[in-house]
Amino acid sequence: MRAAVVVFPGSNCDRDLAVAFEQAGFDVTMVWHKDASLPEKLDIVGVPGGFSYGDYLRCGAIAAQSPICKAVVEHTVRGGYAMGVCNGFQILTETGILPGALLRNAGLKYICKTVGLTVATSDSVFTQGYNAGDVIGIPIAHHDGNYYADDETLAMLRDQDRVAFTYTENPNGSRGDIAGILSENRRVLGMMPHPERAADAGHGGTDGAALFRALAGVLTPA
Amino acid sequence: MKARVHVMLKNGVLDPQGEAVRHALGAMGFDKVTGVRQGKVIDLDLAEGATEADVAEMCEKLLANTVIERYEIELV
Repeated sequence: MRAAVVVFPGSNCDRDLAVAFEQAGFDVTMVWHKDASLPEKLDIVGVPGGFSYGDYLRCGAIAAQSPICKAVVEHTVRGGYAMGVCNGFQILTETGILPGALLRNAGLKYICKTVGLTVATSDSVFTQGYNAGDVIGIPIAHHDGNYYADDETLAMLRDQDRVAFTYTENPNGSRGDIAGILSENRRVLGMMPHPERAADAGHGGTDGAALFRALAGVLTPA
Repeated sequence: MKARVHVMLKNGVLDPQGEAVRHALGAMGFDKVTGVRQGKVIDLDLAEGATEADVAEMCEKLLANTVIERYEIELV
Protein backbone atom coordinates (compact mmCIF):
# COMPACT_ATOMS: atom_id res chain seq x y z
CA MET A 1 0.00 0.00 0.00
CA ARG A 2 1.37 3.36 -0.99
CA ALA A 3 0.59 6.74 0.48
CA ALA A 4 1.99 10.14 -0.38
CA VAL A 5 2.06 13.14 1.92
CA VAL A 6 2.31 16.59 0.35
CA VAL A 7 4.79 19.04 1.86
CA PHE A 8 4.27 22.78 1.41
CA PRO A 9 6.48 25.53 2.74
CA GLY A 10 4.89 25.97 6.16
CA SER A 11 3.47 22.46 6.56
CA ASN A 12 4.11 21.24 10.10
CA CYS A 13 2.02 18.07 10.45
CA ASP A 14 3.48 16.31 7.41
CA ARG A 15 5.76 13.98 9.38
CA ASP A 16 3.03 13.14 11.91
CA LEU A 17 0.67 12.23 9.08
CA ALA A 18 3.40 10.13 7.42
CA VAL A 19 4.08 8.24 10.68
CA ALA A 20 0.36 7.54 11.14
CA PHE A 21 0.18 6.09 7.62
CA GLU A 22 3.37 4.07 8.22
CA GLN A 23 2.06 2.62 11.47
CA ALA A 24 -1.03 1.47 9.57
CA GLY A 25 1.23 -0.36 7.10
CA PHE A 26 1.66 2.14 4.25
CA ASP A 27 4.88 2.91 2.39
CA VAL A 28 4.94 6.69 2.45
CA THR A 29 6.53 9.06 -0.05
CA MET A 30 6.81 12.75 0.76
CA VAL A 31 6.05 14.96 -2.25
CA TRP A 32 7.14 18.58 -2.54
CA HIS A 33 4.73 21.35 -3.50
CA LYS A 34 6.67 22.10 -6.70
CA ASP A 35 6.38 18.51 -7.94
CA ALA A 36 3.91 18.38 -10.79
CA SER A 37 2.96 14.73 -10.36
CA LEU A 38 2.24 12.19 -7.65
CA PRO A 39 3.97 8.79 -7.44
CA GLU A 40 2.34 6.11 -9.59
CA LYS A 41 -0.02 3.46 -8.23
CA LEU A 42 -0.81 5.58 -5.23
CA ASP A 43 -3.51 4.35 -2.83
CA ILE A 44 -3.99 7.62 -0.98
CA VAL A 45 -2.61 11.13 -0.77
CA GLY A 46 -2.55 13.05 2.50
CA VAL A 47 -2.65 16.84 2.64
CA PRO A 48 -1.26 17.79 6.05
CA GLY A 49 -1.86 20.53 8.56
CA GLY A 50 0.29 23.60 9.02
CA PHE A 51 0.47 27.08 7.58
CA SER A 52 1.10 26.53 3.87
CA TYR A 53 2.60 29.65 2.28
CA GLY A 54 2.16 31.43 5.60
CA ASP A 55 -1.65 31.33 5.24
CA TYR A 56 -1.27 34.45 3.09
CA LEU A 57 -4.41 35.76 1.34
CA ARG A 58 -6.63 32.99 2.82
CA CYS A 59 -5.70 29.73 4.52
CA GLY A 60 -4.95 27.21 1.77
CA ALA A 61 -5.62 29.60 -1.11
CA ILE A 62 -2.11 29.73 -2.51
CA ALA A 63 -1.38 26.07 -1.82
CA ALA A 64 -4.49 25.17 -3.80
CA GLN A 65 -2.89 26.71 -6.89
CA SER A 66 0.47 24.90 -6.49
CA PRO A 67 1.66 22.37 -9.09
CA ILE A 68 1.21 19.42 -6.73
CA CYS A 69 -2.37 20.40 -5.95
CA LYS A 70 -3.24 20.22 -9.63
CA ALA A 71 -1.95 16.62 -9.48
CA VAL A 72 -3.99 15.99 -6.30
CA VAL A 73 -7.13 17.28 -8.04
CA GLU A 74 -6.45 15.01 -11.04
CA HIS A 75 -5.92 12.06 -8.67
CA THR A 76 -9.29 12.64 -7.00
CA VAL A 77 -11.03 13.17 -10.36
CA ARG A 78 -9.71 9.72 -11.37
CA GLY A 79 -11.40 8.35 -8.25
CA GLY A 80 -8.27 8.32 -6.07
CA TYR A 81 -8.44 8.51 -2.29
CA ALA A 82 -7.29 11.58 -0.41
CA MET A 83 -7.52 13.07 3.05
CA GLY A 84 -6.83 16.60 4.20
CA VAL A 85 -6.37 17.48 7.84
CA CYS A 86 -6.66 21.02 9.23
CA ASN A 87 -4.80 23.22 6.73
CA GLY A 88 -5.15 20.22 4.39
CA PHE A 89 -8.95 20.48 4.74
CA GLN A 90 -8.76 24.21 4.01
CA ILE A 91 -6.68 23.46 0.90
CA LEU A 92 -9.13 20.80 -0.33
CA THR A 93 -12.02 23.28 -0.04
CA GLU A 94 -9.97 25.94 -1.86
CA THR A 95 -9.33 23.52 -4.74
CA GLY A 96 -13.06 22.83 -4.94
CA ILE A 97 -12.57 19.09 -4.27
CA LEU A 98 -14.70 19.53 -1.14
CA PRO A 99 -17.56 22.04 -0.77
CA GLY A 100 -17.72 24.95 1.68
CA ALA A 101 -14.99 27.03 3.28
CA LEU A 102 -13.29 27.48 6.65
CA LEU A 103 -13.76 30.87 8.30
CA ARG A 104 -12.07 32.47 11.29
CA ASN A 105 -13.19 30.79 14.56
CA ALA A 106 -16.33 32.47 15.88
CA GLY A 107 -14.55 33.30 19.16
CA LEU A 108 -11.58 34.71 17.20
CA LYS A 109 -9.12 32.66 19.24
CA TYR A 110 -6.70 30.00 18.09
CA ILE A 111 -7.87 26.83 19.84
CA CYS A 112 -5.56 23.94 20.69
CA LYS A 113 -7.16 21.17 22.75
CA THR A 114 -8.65 17.70 22.52
CA VAL A 115 -12.34 17.79 21.62
CA GLY A 116 -15.11 15.25 21.43
CA LEU A 117 -16.18 14.18 17.94
CA THR A 118 -19.26 12.17 17.07
CA VAL A 119 -18.76 9.78 14.18
CA ALA A 120 -21.65 10.85 11.96
CA THR A 121 -21.36 8.01 9.45
CA SER A 122 -19.43 4.75 9.30
CA ASP A 123 -20.11 4.53 5.58
CA SER A 124 -16.66 5.47 4.24
CA VAL A 125 -13.23 3.86 4.19
CA PHE A 126 -12.11 6.54 6.65
CA THR A 127 -14.83 5.99 9.24
CA GLN A 128 -15.62 2.28 8.84
CA GLY A 129 -13.41 1.49 11.85
CA TYR A 130 -15.94 3.26 14.05
CA ASN A 131 -19.66 2.89 14.62
CA ALA A 132 -21.93 5.79 13.75
CA GLY A 133 -22.64 7.60 17.01
CA ASP A 134 -19.27 6.73 18.58
CA VAL A 135 -17.69 9.64 20.45
CA ILE A 136 -13.92 9.92 20.08
CA GLY A 137 -11.36 12.37 21.46
CA ILE A 138 -9.21 14.06 18.80
CA PRO A 139 -7.08 17.22 19.13
CA ILE A 140 -7.88 20.40 17.25
CA ALA A 141 -5.33 23.17 16.66
CA HIS A 142 -6.68 25.92 14.45
CA HIS A 143 -7.61 29.58 14.10
CA ASP A 144 -9.74 29.17 10.99
CA GLY A 145 -11.81 26.05 11.49
CA ASN A 146 -15.29 27.51 11.39
CA TYR A 147 -16.91 25.43 8.65
CA TYR A 148 -19.24 27.41 6.41
CA ALA A 149 -21.47 26.22 3.61
CA ASP A 150 -24.72 27.72 2.39
CA ASP A 151 -28.05 26.16 3.37
CA GLU A 152 -28.35 24.28 0.10
CA THR A 153 -24.89 22.72 0.46
CA LEU A 154 -25.51 21.78 4.10
CA ALA A 155 -28.75 20.07 3.13
CA MET A 156 -26.96 18.21 0.34
CA LEU A 157 -24.20 17.03 2.72
CA ARG A 158 -26.82 15.74 5.15
CA ASP A 159 -29.01 14.14 2.46
CA GLN A 160 -26.01 12.35 0.98
CA ASP A 161 -24.72 11.28 4.42
CA ARG A 162 -21.46 13.13 3.75
CA VAL A 163 -20.86 14.59 7.21
CA ALA A 164 -18.08 12.38 8.61
CA PHE A 165 -17.62 13.93 12.06
CA THR A 166 -19.43 16.52 14.18
CA TYR A 167 -18.23 18.26 17.34
CA THR A 168 -19.95 17.20 20.57
CA GLU A 169 -19.42 20.80 21.78
CA ASN A 170 -18.96 23.22 18.91
CA PRO A 171 -15.63 25.00 19.57
CA ASN A 172 -15.44 27.33 16.57
CA GLY A 173 -18.89 28.19 15.25
CA SER A 174 -18.95 25.59 12.46
CA ARG A 175 -22.36 25.33 10.82
CA GLY A 176 -24.10 22.10 11.76
CA ASP A 177 -21.26 21.39 14.25
CA ILE A 178 -19.39 19.98 11.25
CA ALA A 179 -15.82 18.85 11.90
CA GLY A 180 -15.25 16.75 8.77
CA ILE A 181 -16.93 15.97 5.45
CA LEU A 182 -16.68 13.50 2.58
CA SER A 183 -16.64 14.01 -1.17
CA GLU A 184 -19.59 12.83 -3.25
CA ASN A 185 -17.82 9.54 -4.07
CA ARG A 186 -16.87 9.22 -0.37
CA ARG A 187 -13.18 8.83 -1.28
CA VAL A 188 -11.99 12.21 -0.06
CA LEU A 189 -12.13 13.22 3.60
CA GLY A 190 -11.48 16.70 4.93
CA MET A 191 -11.45 17.36 8.67
CA MET A 192 -10.19 20.09 10.99
CA PRO A 193 -9.30 17.80 13.95
CA HIS A 194 -5.99 15.91 13.80
CA PRO A 195 -6.42 12.10 13.89
CA GLU A 196 -2.65 11.74 13.31
CA ARG A 197 -2.11 13.41 16.69
CA ALA A 198 -4.14 10.67 18.40
CA ALA A 199 -2.64 7.64 16.69
CA ASP A 200 0.07 6.51 19.11
CA ALA A 201 0.00 5.76 22.86
CA GLY A 202 2.67 8.45 23.27
CA HIS A 203 0.17 11.06 22.06
CA GLY A 204 -2.01 10.58 25.13
CA GLY A 205 -4.85 9.15 23.08
CA THR A 206 -5.26 6.65 20.24
CA ASP A 207 -8.81 7.34 19.06
CA GLY A 208 -7.50 8.41 15.64
CA ALA A 209 -5.60 5.18 14.96
CA ALA A 210 -8.75 3.35 13.84
CA LEU A 211 -9.10 5.78 10.94
CA PHE A 212 -5.66 4.87 9.55
CA ARG A 213 -6.00 1.14 10.35
CA ALA A 214 -9.31 1.04 8.49
CA LEU A 215 -7.64 2.40 5.35
CA ALA A 216 -5.09 -0.40 5.26
CA GLY A 217 -5.90 -3.03 2.71
CA VAL A 218 -9.16 -1.62 1.39
CA LEU A 219 -7.95 1.07 -1.00
CA THR A 220 -7.44 0.71 -4.72
CA PRO A 221 -4.81 2.82 -6.48
CA ALA A 222 -5.86 5.50 -8.94
CA MET B 1 -2.78 50.77 -15.24
CA LYS B 2 -3.72 49.93 -11.70
CA ALA B 3 -6.64 47.98 -10.37
CA ARG B 4 -7.99 48.00 -6.85
CA VAL B 5 -9.90 44.90 -5.78
CA HIS B 6 -12.20 45.03 -2.77
CA VAL B 7 -12.92 41.64 -1.22
CA MET B 8 -15.72 41.38 1.37
CA LEU B 9 -17.43 38.45 3.06
CA LYS B 10 -20.84 37.90 1.50
CA ASN B 11 -23.89 39.15 3.35
CA GLY B 12 -25.06 36.43 5.69
CA VAL B 13 -21.56 35.01 6.26
CA LEU B 14 -20.56 35.63 9.88
CA ASP B 15 -17.65 38.08 10.20
CA PRO B 16 -16.23 37.51 13.70
CA GLN B 17 -13.48 40.09 13.17
CA GLY B 18 -15.97 42.76 12.15
CA GLU B 19 -18.08 41.85 15.19
CA ALA B 20 -15.03 42.24 17.46
CA VAL B 21 -14.32 45.68 15.99
CA ARG B 22 -17.97 46.66 16.53
CA HIS B 23 -17.79 45.57 20.17
CA ALA B 24 -14.56 47.51 20.68
CA LEU B 25 -16.06 50.65 19.15
CA GLY B 26 -19.09 50.27 21.41
CA ALA B 27 -16.86 49.86 24.46
CA MET B 28 -15.03 53.08 23.49
CA GLY B 29 -18.29 54.98 23.52
CA PHE B 30 -18.99 55.05 19.79
CA ASP B 31 -22.57 54.01 20.36
CA LYS B 32 -23.86 54.90 16.90
CA VAL B 33 -22.19 51.94 15.15
CA THR B 34 -24.73 49.22 14.44
CA GLY B 35 -22.57 46.92 12.34
CA VAL B 36 -19.01 46.41 11.09
CA ARG B 37 -17.84 44.26 8.19
CA GLN B 38 -14.13 43.91 7.59
CA GLY B 39 -12.61 43.11 4.21
CA LYS B 40 -9.47 43.34 2.12
CA VAL B 41 -8.18 45.78 -0.45
CA ILE B 42 -5.72 44.41 -3.01
CA ASP B 43 -3.90 46.82 -5.32
CA LEU B 44 -2.60 45.43 -8.60
CA ASP B 45 -0.08 47.11 -10.90
CA LEU B 46 -0.99 45.94 -14.38
CA ALA B 47 0.99 45.82 -17.60
CA GLU B 48 -0.27 47.46 -20.81
CA GLY B 49 -3.16 45.61 -22.37
CA ALA B 50 -4.54 44.13 -19.18
CA THR B 51 -8.32 44.29 -19.00
CA GLU B 52 -10.96 44.27 -16.33
CA ALA B 53 -11.86 40.78 -17.53
CA ASP B 54 -8.31 39.65 -16.68
CA VAL B 55 -8.71 41.02 -13.16
CA ALA B 56 -12.11 39.36 -12.83
CA GLU B 57 -10.52 36.03 -13.73
CA MET B 58 -7.83 36.60 -11.08
CA CYS B 59 -10.58 37.29 -8.54
CA GLU B 60 -12.51 34.17 -9.46
CA LYS B 61 -9.45 31.93 -9.38
CA LEU B 62 -7.41 33.29 -6.48
CA LEU B 63 -8.07 36.71 -4.99
CA ALA B 64 -11.54 35.90 -3.66
CA ASN B 65 -13.14 32.66 -2.51
CA THR B 66 -16.55 33.07 -4.07
CA VAL B 67 -18.03 30.48 -1.69
CA ILE B 68 -17.79 33.07 1.09
CA GLU B 69 -16.62 36.32 -0.49
CA ARG B 70 -17.72 38.87 -3.09
CA TYR B 71 -15.41 41.23 -4.89
CA GLU B 72 -15.52 44.57 -6.66
CA ILE B 73 -12.97 45.78 -9.19
CA GLU B 74 -12.03 49.42 -9.50
CA LEU B 75 -9.71 50.45 -12.36
CA VAL B 76 -7.62 53.46 -11.34
